This record gives sequence, C-alpha cells and structure tokens, in this order.
Amino acid sequence: MNLLGKLDWSVVPFDQPIVMFATALMVLTVVFVLGWTAFKGYVPYLWREWLTSVDHKRIGVMYIVLALIMLLRGFTDAIMMRAQQAVAAGGAQGYLPPEHFDQIFSAHGTIMIFFMAMPFVIGVMNFVVPLQLGVRDMAFPTLNSVALWLTASGILLTNVSLAVGEFAKTGWVAYPPLSELQFSPGVGVDYYLWALQISGVGTLMTGINFVATILKTRAPGMGYMRMPVFCWTALASNLLIVAAFPVLTATLAMLLLDRYLGFHFFSVDGQGNPMMYVNLFWVWGHPEVYILVLPAFGIFSEVIATFSSKPLFGYRSMVAATMVICVLSFLVWLHHFFTMGASADVNGFFGVMTMVIAVPTGVKVFNWLFTMYGGRVRFTVPVLWSIGFMVTFVIGGMTGVLMAVPPADFQLHNSLFLVAHFHNVIIGGVVFGLLAGFNYWFPKAFGFTLDERWGKRAFWCWFIGFYLAFMPLYVLGLLGMTRRMQHYDNVDWQPWLVLAAVGVAVILAGIVCQVVQLVVSIRDRAQLRDVTGDPWNGRTLEWSTASPPPAWNFALLPRVAERDTYWVRKKLAHAKDGPPTPPREYEPIEMPKNSATGFVTAFFAVVTGFALIWHIWWMAALGVFGAFVTLLVFAFRDREEFEMAADKIAQFDRGHQAEVAP
Amino acid sequence: MNVAVAIHDIQRDALPSASEAGPAPKRIVVAYGFWIFLLSDIVMFSAPFAAYAVLVRATAGGPTGAQLFNQVSVAIETTCLLASSYTCGLMSLAVGSRRRAATYFFAVVTFVLGAAFLALEMREFADMIARGATPQRSAFLSSFFALVGCHGMHVAGGLIWLAVMMAQVALKGFRANVERRLFCFALFWHALDIIWVALFTVVYLMGALP
Repeated sequence: MNLLGKLDWSVVPFDQPIVMFATALMVLTVVFVLGWTAFKGYVPYLWREWLTSVDHKRIGVMYIVLALIMLLRGFTDAIMMRAQQAVAAGGAQGYLPPEHFDQIFSAHGTIMIFFMAMPFVIGVMNFVVPLQLGVRDMAFPTLNSVALWLTASGILLTNVSLAVGEFAKTGWVAYPPLSELQFSPGVGVDYYLWALQISGVGTLMTGINFVATILKTRAPGMGYMRMPVFCWTALASNLLIVAAFPVLTATLAMLLLDRYLGFHFFSVDGQGNPMMYVNLFWVWGHPEVYILVLPAFGIFSEVIATFSSKPLFGYRSMVAATMVICVLSFLVWLHHFFTMGASADVNGFFGVMTMVIAVPTGVKVFNWLFTMYGGRVRFTVPVLWSIGFMVTFVIGGMTGVLMAVPPADFQLHNSLFLVAHFHNVIIGGVVFGLLAGFNYWFPKAFGFTLDERWGKRAFWCWFIGFYLAFMPLYVLGLLGMTRRMQHYDNVDWQPWLVLAAVGVAVILAGIVCQVVQLVVSIRDRAQLRDVTGDPWNGRTLEWSTASPPPAWNFALLPRVAERDTYWVRKKLAHAKDGPPTPPREYEPIEMPKNSATGFVTAFFAVVTGFALIWHIWWMAALGVFGAFVTLLVFAFRDREEFEMAADKIAQFDRGHQAEVAP
Repeated sequence: MNVAVAIHDIQRDALPSASEAGPAPKRIVVAYGFWIFLLSDIVMFSAPFAAYAVLVRATAGGPTGAQLFNQVSVAIETTCLLASSYTCGLMSLAVGSRRRAATYFFAVVTFVLGAAFLALEMREFADMIARGATPQRSAFLSSFFALVGCHGMHVAGGLIWLAVMMAQVALKGFRANVERRLFCFALFWHALDIIWVALFTVVYLMGALP
C-alpha cells in the first residue's frame, strides 16, 4: 500500500504553462506575504490580536479580507473565460484546452458563491450585527472564530487544487452522474466536495450563532420592531442558513459515499436516481440565493435611510417582505430544472411561486424609492451603489420572472440568457450591496473614511462594465448559445462575445480603482480620519460608539426606546429641553478570552480534507484525532473569560467623549 | 383578587416585554443555540429520510426490506434507546440536585444502554452484509445504510460526549459551564430518540411493507 495514497509528482501539472504560471504567482505571493510578516516581526501581533481573536469585529474584517482575495481569484477565472470565448469561434480552439476551461468555470462558480459572496456577507454581518443590536459580542465568540477558520480551510483546499491535482470539471453544481467516480475519476470533484463540506460546517455554525445572537442578546429595550432592518435581514438570512445548509451537507455526503464507498444514491447503475441530487441540491441552492441577497437588501435599507436623512419608508412592510421571502425561498427550487420532466401541474406550481416572490421584492424596491422621495439625498459612494442596484436588480428580476414561465424556460434553460440573469441579480444585487456596505461601514471599522473620488470611479467602471459584459449574454441566450462552451461554430455570436470581453475589461478597471481607493485612503488616512465615530450622521447604534470600536463595543449598554434610536437621541440632545445626560458610571466587563481553537481546528480540518482527497487514510485519521484533541483542550480550559477593568473602560470612553465634543 | 386586575394595575413600563429585557443569561442563550443546532440536525436528517423514501423500491433485483428486517431485534434496540433516554432524564435530575454519585450511576446506565443499542445495530449490519445485502448492492440498501448509519454515528458521538462529560464532572465538579454542557447533552440524547422513532416507523415498519 502506498503511504501517500494517490499522491505523487505526476499530479502537479508541470506540462501546463498557464496553470504553472498561476501556481507560481500564488506561491510567490503567499511566500512574500508570510516572509514580509515574519521579517517585520508582525507574527506575534497577528497571532495575538487577529488569528486567535474571538472579537466579532476582527473576525468580520478577516472574513472580508478573505472575500476580497477570492474576488480577485474568481475574477481572474472570469477574465480567462471571456477571453477564451471571444476568440474560440468558427474552427478556432482558443488558448484553453477543454479540460482546463471546464475547471475554470467550475472554480469560478464555486469560488464566487462559496468563497467570495458568502464570506463577504458573513463578514459584514459579523462586524455590524452585534454593534447594531447594542451588545458586546456574538452569543458564541469562540464558535465564531472556529467558523471563520473552517471557511478559510475550504478556501485553502480549493486553491491548493490549482497546484496539486485538479479541480472539478463538472460545473459548480457537480451534477451526477457526471460527478460520479465512473465519469469523473480524478480528484477534482473530491476537492470540491471536501472544501464545501468543511466550509459548510463553518457556515452552519455561523448561522446558529447569529440566530441565537439576534433573538436572545439585544440591548435592553430593543424589541423586534425596533431592530434595524439590517438585523432583520441578517436574521432571515441566518434562519435560511440553519434550514438549508444541512441539506447541502447531507447531499454532498451522499455523493461522497457514492464516490468513496460505491453507494448508489445518484449512480446510473444499482437503480440510483441522479435527479434526486438535483432536487436536493436546489432545496439548498435556492434559499442560498436569498441567504446572499437578503443582507444586501438590509445594507441598501440602512444606506438609503441614512443618506436620505429620513426614517426608512414602510419599516413594517420591509420586515414583512423580508420574512415572506425567507419562507417563499423554500417553495421554488424546482424552477432550476423545469426541464426535468415533472408534470405540467408541478411546473405550474413552481412557476407561480417563483413569480410570487417578485411581489415582496417589489415592495422593497418601492420602499427604497419612497425613502429617497422628499429626502435630502447625499450622493456618496454607498448611495451610488444603491441606485445602481435598484436599476440593475429590477432588470435582473424581470428576466427572472420571464424564466419562471415553464414553456419559456424550456427554451432558455442552461443558455447564456440564464447566465446573464443570475449574474444580473448576483452582481447587481449582492456585489453592489456588499460594496455599498464596504464603503459605508469601512470608517466604523478603521476610523477613517474611504476616498470618495476613487470610489465613484470604481462604481462607474463596475456599473458600465456590468452592462457591457452581461447584456450581450441575454442576446446570445436568445440566439441559442448554451453556457459553458469551450468553443463554438456559429461565428455570428462572436461580436457579442467580444463586446462581453470588453465589458469584463471595464469591470477590471473598476476593481483596479477599488484597489487604488484602498491604497489612497490608507495613505491619506490622517486627512480622512473620523474622530466622531459618526461620519454619515447615522441612525443606528453602531454609530454611537468610537471608530474603531473598543473590544467591548459599548462602555455602557445602550438603552433603546424606539426605532433609529441613535438618531432620536441626537435630536433630543440638540433640543434645548432634552433630558440632562446622567453621569456615566463604569463597571468592569467580562470579556471572552482569545482562543487558538479555531485556527488549530482549521489546521487539522485542512490536513483531514487533503488526506481524504488523496486517499491518505492514516493522515485523515490523524487529522480527525487532532481536531478532537483540540476540542478537548478547549473544553477543559479553566478560564473562559477575563475581566476588563472599569478604569480602563472609563479612560477610553472619556477620551472618546472629549474627542467628540467640539 | 382577580389576576387580570393585578396585571392591569402594574404600570406598563415597569415590566418590559420579554423581547425588550436585554441580553438573556448565558444559560438561556446556550440552550437556545443548542436547540437551533438540533433543529438544523433534524433538517440534515430530512435529506437521507427523503432519499430513503425515494429509493425504498429501487432494489435493483436485490433483497427488499421485507426480506431483510428483523423486527424483534429492532424492537430490542428501540427499547434500549428509549430506556436510555429515561435514564438520561434521571441523570439530569441528579445534576440539578448536585448528587454526584447518582449522576455517575445514571450516566453509566445511559452509556450501557446506548452501547447495547449500537452493538445490536452493528450486529444487524454485519448480518445483512454477510447475506450479501451490502450498501453497494442497490440504491435501496445504500439509502438504508446511510440513514441508519448516520443515526448510529450520532449515538456513537453521544457516547463519547457522555464519557467526556463524566470526566469533566469528576475533574471540575458541577461548574456552570459543565452544567450547561450536561443540559445540552440531554437535549441531544432526547433528540436522537425522536429521530429514531421516525426512523423506526419509516424504515423498519413502512419500509418492510410488501
């Protein structure tokens, strides 16, 4: 028996220059960053203050850093695909061989959904939700850290597949029977499966953590109808995580059993049922869409209300619409495969349910518009993203309703029309929302605002680039071009694909502007510094504390008596007959201790995942054992919390109050 | 005095509603979070249940449930597991009243009953495999082994958890965090019973219908 399972030197694709170049770039970057950190002596600081941190704000920032790096990786895949399809017309084969092209579109989808959008959304929620709720941390701080590092493990495994072995060639959905061992004998699907299983466990932990946090730990007085809308959308999103991700875990586990132990869940022999995978996958997959987009809706609600200097129009209808979408999202999964051959009644039911979702979504759009109507709208970068979203998302929503008609879907299924539709809602909805949130909450996280000029340039490049890149795909879909084509014979398609490639180049310019924005803002941080903690004249509690907030968030737990409580408090303070501010009496605060549990568990998760992918059974056993011992060490630790002294808190808070007072 | 009047007499701001009372105590938050986990675990089980329901007739010419299942053995398994849930409840009572000896005793009884359940399940699996009814034989058997095995792995995990908790009681006594974990363990153990009741019905009774 081979001690290293299927692993040997032949699995490194030395013969493929593009892959080797990408690998070299990745390895050099990692080595450079690690070397620089070590050389500068930052390692102890990083370990103490970040890697072992259980502070929700730090964890949120780390999630977003991961997401931004993965955005670059996933976007590189996008550029490669657009370049390939722009040239591979007629008899031409382009520069990417089919087996490489297949890996690229699979990796692009997997990375963008699981390792860009998810960590970004979870990162923003992590940073914002406890602050908006007016509390000191999440319900389970160490669990939060474990979840972060398990997500990072999945990301690491996916990127290792670039250099060692291969990634799935099955598309990001990995439908059987193609993803079964019989048709995908390589390790690509195994990388996909284990990366998603490991990060999926982390996501489930996050979901549980947020539901418990939002429902059980809010500042005194914050009843449900006083929660900021972002907290409501975060609640809906995490309820969906709790109810949907276990199904994905179970479904991928069945596929793993098929591949590793010869089970027959989805195989063509042994009377397995491949369509069962497709059904189960989308029972998770459709709610996943709302897991991503609902928090984005929440971000827009906060941004629009703040920059229109008005309370959100129709708060109650916004909450109701959010929860209705949350429920309806479980009743539409079959619209992803009307072509399965279910009866007309079944297709009709799912078609109608799909169209019904447009109603609460429409309610939301009108609420945002009415919030802006009559307000003093400040056209800052987050507002530009929000307006860009409203225009773009409505188009994407309408093409979605179009495809919800089963007979129309039979024509458009798996065409580029579909690809255009879901990019229209995910980029126009989720990515625009996250970038709005990034610009909106960045000063809260770091104490200085982002450069507006470069932010606006980034927005316009993204916005125009998006339309150039994806409107042609609608046309191509109607012309009959299917998705995932490595080359095509119909040369009439080529001009549209060249146009789409130009669009991607414009988006690239947008991403460059964003990098520049970050660099310029860090360079000019002294001028951009915000000492008040409230640069936008905000409405919710996160703006009532210092930027960046201290580890304990609030020196005194805020008391809430109404919606938009910070806004109302500011109004009262300005009024002459406002109540006098009571003297602030500080008490020591119990803080959760930092813990290496998350980082160490994730290390063992990577070891286990890698070993299972390559059939190195002894190493897998060792990894599981290591993770178990880590859990035991955590369970047997003596002190879980430490006490932050009252005078330290008082000193910080008085300093902040003095800074705020003009 | 009329109760309704008494409540009416209290000023409204004196009693904030539960949703406005501020952060809940840790004991509540932990138990609540664990309930959410259990719900998610039950959702997880729903997928193999659905797979079993879809594939129960997909025997690919191999043995059917009616030919394979031995209800007597499964009834004994069920008895062991339900009884262990009862003794687990008694253990919770012992923890609540801080009786160390009783806690150990009922934990041991719970452990033995759980282990007996697992042993019987392993024997059932071994018998079936010896008769050629392996998970590789048909889609029906794949789904059977996955569903029942998944529950069995939960029970095995629970046994390890119970053993660790007894070590914690021995080394740390009934500290607040140990007590919270014991409470979560009890919830977990009872949830496994609920899943088993559904599993017994769907797999061994409905699955054995001709």
